[in-house]
Amino acid sequence: MSAIPGNSRTGRLPGFEETDNTVDVPGQRASLVLHMDKFHQVTRQVCQVAESKRPPFAWYAAFVVSLSLVGLLGVCVNYLIFTGVGVWGLNNPVMWAFDITNFVFWVGIGHAGTLISAILFLFRQKWRTGINRFAEAMTIFAVICAGLFPGIHVGRVWLAYWLFPIPNQMEMWPQFRSPLLWDVFAVSTYFTVSLLFWYVGLIPDLATLRDRAKGTIQQFAYGLFSLGWRGSNRHWHRYERAYLLLAALSTPLVLSVHSVVSFDFAVSQLPGWHTTIFPPYFVAGAIFSGFAMVVTLAVPARQMFGLKDMITLRHLDNMNKIILVTGCMVGYAYSMEFFIAWYSGALYEKFAFLNRAFGQYWWAYWIMVSCNVITPQLFWFKRIRTSIPLMFALSLVVNIGMWFERFVIIVSSLANDFLPTSWDFFTPTWVDMGTMMGAFGLFGTLFLLFCRYLPMIAVAEVKATMPQADPHWEGWQHHGAGHGHAALASPETPHTPDAP
Amino acid sequence: MTTFAPSSPPASAQSAPRPKIHGVLAEFHDPASLLHAAEKVREAGYRWWDCHTPFPVHGLDKAMGIQRTILPLLVFGAGLTGTTVGFILQAFTNATSISVWALVWVTGYPFLISGKPLISLPAFIPVMFELTILLAATSCVGLMLLLNGLPWLSHPLLANKRFLRATDDRFFIVIQSRDPRFFRSRTEDFLKGLGAKAVEAVEA
Repeated sequence: MSAIPGNSRTGRLPGFEETDNTVDVPGQRASLVLHMDKFHQVTRQVCQVAESKRPPFAWYAAFVVSLSLVGLLGVCVNYLIFTGVGVWGLNNPVMWAFDITNFVFWVGIGHAGTLISAILFLFRQKWRTGINRFAEAMTIFAVICAGLFPGIHVGRVWLAYWLFPIPNQMEMWPQFRSPLLWDVFAVSTYFTVSLLFWYVGLIPDLATLRDRAKGTIQQFAYGLFSLGWRGSNRHWHRYERAYLLLAALSTPLVLSVHSVVSFDFAVSQLPGWHTTIFPPYFVAGAIFSGFAMVVTLAVPARQMFGLKDMITLRHLDNMNKIILVTGCMVGYAYSMEFFIAWYSGALYEKFAFLNRAFGQYWWAYWIMVSCNVITPQLFWFKRIRTSIPLMFALSLVVNIGMWFERFVIIVSSLANDFLPTSWDFFTPTWVDMGTMMGAFGLFGTLFLLFCRYLPMIAVAEVKATMPQADPHWEGWQHHGAGHGHAALASPETPHTPDAP
Repeated sequence: MTTFAPSSPPASAQSAPRPKIHGVLAEFHDPASLLHAAEKVREAGYRWWDCHTPFPVHGLDKAMGIQRTILPLLVFGAGLTGTTVGFILQAFTNATSISVWALVWVTGYPFLISGKPLISLPAFIPVMFELTILLAATSCVGLMLLLNGLPWLSHPLLANKRFLRATDDRFFIVIQSRDPRFFRSRTEDFLKGLGAKAVEAVEA
């Protein structure tokens, strides 16, 4: 589609060229799929990743690193369970630190996936089709990592089932007025619904892989999980309706999940936590960090698996714009917290925020501000939004900043509460660090396995957004439907769907 | 899926006893011709037929005359059930001391937390909301599959070699043999007349 004005090749290094399709031409829809005008090309491009004999070397390298970190996670978690939570650097009053920081961080990462799959779907943002599949996968793996931390931080892990209202011989029930219990319901519902949403989207694509599979194992596995999908239009009709309903259900869900996570803090009385701005602030922060993670994953994945024609520069540019917007929202929340602390006149509230910026955790606070508010402002410049190395670096910076945001909120508020006599300083131990690193390893392992064995891009959805998918597309009219000139059949006919 | 049914039987098979067939399949190469053909099939009065496409084709529901699914209504019901279950669960476990038989005998326990009312509705809302979404979403997926008759791993169409591209880049119309208007040679000719690139029988 280089015929479209505004699309041009950039980049000098071989293998690192980019097609710039970010320019908007009035009267034309920007192409979301580049250099391909046949449905089969899309199928092949996506399926070749799962069908190739062996993945690229970079995949193996990343997998070995991730898997070793999973080993570290196993060591740390087992050591914790066999010894007790004392192996972490927790103290009185800092009873929550890395565990809950990691929990909130990972739950937040997940939110971008649901935003892309549900909210952008409701807003008819067709560019979401290039990135929704692996963003949803990211959501699921992030929520798995998130779920790990509250699970192990309870101390007696073997009693974790007390979190659920299961009839038991002690006739003991959970306390439903506690936000911590709301969290159990919110996160488990979020995980279940995200998994269903992802799986429903996968069914037609698994059927594609099934129909292309050569090996018996592949045929059996893809066949089983595609449930016998055969693209029936009577099925598509209910399928599309169900997908829309899932999107409509996931939208309030995703907003509620991080709101409930923020209630864990906001409902308590602690200065620095007891704030009404928390729910929207947490949701904006979650989307901010999640989109940064999508960019972090998309940039290497599209390079490694040759998916640049479907995850185009335009997709990345759009995501960087969302990072900029949500980064500004987060910055607004930071300043509003300070304003309210001053305006409320509450002594402890004022102290909590001054202490955050200039107290014993001042460095964490300023890492957070510079990573989340200052550096994302660079995305105002289009040159930076469309530069692959810069956006990758900035997305890493945002990930770091958002991890520190949670650390600042949790630890700095706990460490210096009402009574100076009870103040203390939290220092992480090697187990704290190892568990945090290990969670990244778990996330990476799951994500790499997903990239290898499942369609990373929603094939059916991408095809449906191509101009050729519209029965009233002028190409079909010119070639005369049903007169033996079906355009897709003849490989030599070039199609410029946007030609006047 | 490993064994494929033979493609359309040769013309000489006219006299030989025919195998029982699932129906007749017509292949199209683009959504536009499929859409036009679907309109014709519908006008011809067929009932047991379907289109198979790699992605949902815009306007095909209307061309085929598919009725709106009842799914949203059922999902709404499931959502309301979730809300109710959420309220009853919390009110029973945290605000009563009655015994109920739910597979085993269970008894509620009135929790008195900082002098708040036993039935503190605002505090119950998050869990009621989450259960609403949980039940609605799970039943949405479950009912969608149920209404679609999935999973159905042994469907005759899945054994057809030509049909493999229905999930890639080909568009199919399948008229089933159980249709009262179905008559193999006539139906095949009819589909050929609609501009199908290929027409063949699908073994049952």
